[in-house]
Amino acid sequence: MLKIDNLHASVEGNEILRGISLTVNAGEVHAIMGPNGSGKSTLARVIAGHQDYEVTAGEVLFDGQSLLELEPEERAWAGVFMAFQYPIEIPGVNNAYFLKAALNAQRKARGEDELDAMEFMSLIRGRIRDLDMDPALLNRPVNEGFSGGEKKRNEILQMAVLSPKLAILDETDSGLDIDALRIVANGVNALRSPERAIIVVTHYQRLLNYIVPDFVHVLSDGRIVRSGGKELALELEERGYSWIEAETRPAAVVA
Amino acid sequence: MSGVQTHTGTASHYGRLRERVGRHEPAWLTDFRDRSLGRFEDLGFPLGSDEEWRFTPVGAIAETPFGPADVPNEDDIQAALARALYGSADFAQLVFVNGMFRSDLSDINGLPRSVEVGSLRNACQSHSDIVRANLGAVASGGPSFTSLNGALMDDGAFIHLPAGVLVDRPIHIAHVSLSGDSPIGVHPRSLVIVGEGSSAVIVESFHGAGDMPYLTNGVFEAVVGPNAGLEHYRLQMEAESAYHVGRTAVRLARDARYTSHSVAFGAAISRHDLGAVLGGENGVCTFNGLYMGDRRQLLDSHTVIDHATPHCESHELYKGILNGHAHGVFNGKVFVRKDAQKTDAKQTNQALLLSDTARIDSKPQLEIFADDVRCTHGATVGQLDADSLFYLRSRGISLEDARSVLIHAFASDIIDRMSLAEIRSQLEGVLLASLPKTSTAFWEMAE
Ligand SMILES: Nc1ncnc2c1ncn2[C@@H]1O[C@H](COP(=O)(O)OP(=O)(O)O)[C@@H](O)[C@H]1O
Ligand SMILES: [Mg+2]
Repeated sequence: MLKIDNLHASVEGNEILRGISLTVNAGEVHAIMGPNGSGKSTLARVIAGHQDYEVTAGEVLFDGQSLLELEPEERAWAGVFMAFQYPIEIPGVNNAYFLKAALNAQRKARGEDELDAMEFMSLIRGRIRDLDMDPALLNRPVNEGFSGGEKKRNEILQMAVLSPKLAILDETDSGLDIDALRIVANGVNALRSPERAIIVVTHYQRLLNYIVPDFVHVLSDGRIVRSGGKELALELEERGYSWIEAETRPAAVVA
Repeated sequence: MSGVQTHTGTASHYGRLRERVGRHEPAWLTDFRDRSLGRFEDLGFPLGSDEEWRFTPVGAIAETPFGPADVPNEDDIQAALARALYGSADFAQLVFVNGMFRSDLSDINGLPRSVEVGSLRNACQSHSDIVRANLGAVASGGPSFTSLNGALMDDGAFIHLPAGVLVDRPIHIAHVSLSGDSPIGVHPRSLVIVGEGSSAVIVESFHGAGDMPYLTNGVFEAVVGPNAGLEHYRLQMEAESAYHVGRTAVRLARDARYTSHSVAFGAAISRHDLGAVLGGENGVCTFNGLYMGDRRQLLDSHTVIDHATPHCESHELYKGILNGHAHGVFNGKVFVRKDAQKTDAKQTNQALLLSDTARIDSKPQLEIFADDVRCTHGATVGQLDADSLFYLRSRGISLEDARSVLIHAFASDIIDRMSLAEIRSQLEGVLLASLPKTSTAFWEMAE
C-alpha cells in the first residue's frame, strides 16, 4: 500500500530525513519509535504533505501512485490520514461543520453521495459514544480550548469518521491517562482491517500494549536504524534508545 | 502651488453651494452653517502632511466639484431600497434618498409614543431648542469634513428618547445615494439623544448605485444619558464609485453603555472617524469594527476613546480583510485622562492580507495620564495561518475552501458580536458572496 524509498527531506536547508525506506502492506500495523528529534513527525508530515518540508530525494508511493506530487487534500481523498501530534486550534470554525465538510469533500472527490446533516449526525453519534467523548465538543470551535486529551480524542474521532486507508498516528498517546489510552486504542483497533494499514508513531512502548504492531522500526537521526517485530518495542522499553544509537553510530560515520 | 489653488477653488465652490441651502431656516441654524463654512474654508481639505490623513489622500475628493443632488427616478430608488431595507424585519425605518427625507418610504410605527423620531431638518423647526443645544456639541472640532457637513448638511435622523423608555424595535436610518449625470455630494446628519435610563438600537446604513462618483460626508452624533444604552450599527455598503467620509461622535454620561458595530465594505475611499467620550463614571464603551476591501479600495478607520472619568471600561476590536490592491488604515487612540483612575481599556486590531499587494497601516495610540489603570493593546497583521490551512487540507478540504473557511471565521468573530439576527445574516451573506463559490456547501449546516 505504502512504499517509501530512500526518502530525504529537509527543512530550511537542514536535512532531517536521510534516506528512509519502508514498505507497509494493507492489513499491517507498523510502529515507528525513536528518540525526540529523530524525525518521526517529519516523516508523518512529509507523507501528509506539509508545506514546510522539501523532499530532496526518494519516492513515496501509495497504491502505486506518487504521493509527493499530490496536494495535502488530494492525499486525504486518496485515503491518507495523519493524526497530529499537536492538533491545531481553529477559532471560529465549528468542529461538527468542519468534520462534515471534510467527510463530504472526501466523499465527493471519490464520487460518493454527500451526507446530509441527519445522516452525518447519526454517523458520528455512535463514534462519539465509543470514544467516550463529550458531545459538547462538537459544537465548539475546532480544538479551541480543548484539553490535551480532548484534542487527541478529536483526532481519533476524525479518523473514525473519515475511515482512511492509511492512518498515521503521531504521538497520539502523549498526554493521555491510562483510561483514555485504552479508549483511543480501541478506536484505532476498530479501524484495523485487511484493507487498511496503520502507522503508529510513538515515543513510548505503552501504547503498543493496546495497539499491537506487526512491525516496529526505530528511527534515529533521520534513518531507520533497526526493524523488528513487536518484541523490539519491549527491548527498547527495557534498554532505552542509546544502545541502538551506539551500535549504529560507527556505521553512520563510515557512510 | 496646486495644493493651495485647489483649496481656494473648492472653498469657493462650497461657498456657492452654501448659499443655495437653508434659505428658510431659523437664524441659529444659519449661524451654525456659516460658522461651519468658515472653519471649513480656514482648514481646507486635509493634506497628506496632516498626520491624521497621512495614508488617505483626498485629492480626488477635493478636486471633484460635487454638486447638489437631483431627485433620482423612482425605479432606481426602489432598486436601491430593495438592497438597503430589511423587508420583513421588525425595524422602524427612516429613509433618506440623496440626503432628502422620504416620509412616504419611512415607517416609524410600533415605537413608544414618547419617543420622537423623524427628520432632523424638521426637528430644527419643531424641536428647535433641543436640536440647537446639541447640534455640533458632541461632534465638535474634528476633520474639516465635519465642518463641510455642518455648512451643507442635508437631512438625517432626529431620535429623542426621554428618560426611562426601552425601545426594543431597532430604528433603521437608511441613506441611499444615487448619482446622475454629474458627481453629487450628500451630507447626511443625524442627532440621537437617549435620555436617562433609556435604551435604543439604531442601524445606520449607507448604500448607493451608479458609476458616477459621489461623495457621502456624514455626521452622526449621539448623547447617551445616565444609565442609558445605545447599540449602534453603521453599515457602509456604498457603490464602488463612492467617496465615503463619516464621523460618529458619542458622549456617554455616568453608567451609560454605547456599542458601535462599524462595518465598511464599499466605496473607493472610505474614512470613518469614530469617537466616544466616557464623560461619567462606570461608562462602558465597545467598538467592534469590520472592514473588507478589494481592488484598489482604501478603507480607513480612525477611532478615539476618551476616558475622561474614572471607573470606565472600553473594549475595542477591529478586523480587516484586504485583497487585491486594497489598502487598510487603522488608527486607534485611547486617552486616559489624569483623573480617570481604574480605567479598564482594551484594544485589539487585526488585519488579514490576502494578496501580496494588499496593505495595512495600523497604529494604536495609547496616551495614559492616570496611574491606576489597566490598558492593553494588541495588533496582528498577516496572512492566513499556514498550519490551520494545512490542518483543514489534511482532512480533505480543498485549499480554496480552507481559505474561505478561515476568512469566514476571522470575520464572523465580529459578526457574532452583533445582537440583531437580521444584520448578522445580511453581513454573512455579503461575506459569503465575497468568498469562492465552491465553499458554499460548507455552510449549509450553519444556516
Ligand atoms: N517545521 C520545522 N521547522 C524547523 N525545524 C523542524 C521542523 N520540523 C522538524 N524540525 C526539526 O527536525 C528535527 C526532527 O523533528 P521531528 O520530526 O519533530 O522529531 P520527532 O517527531 O522524532 O521528535 C528536529 O531537530 C526539529 O527541530
Ligand atoms: Mg514528533
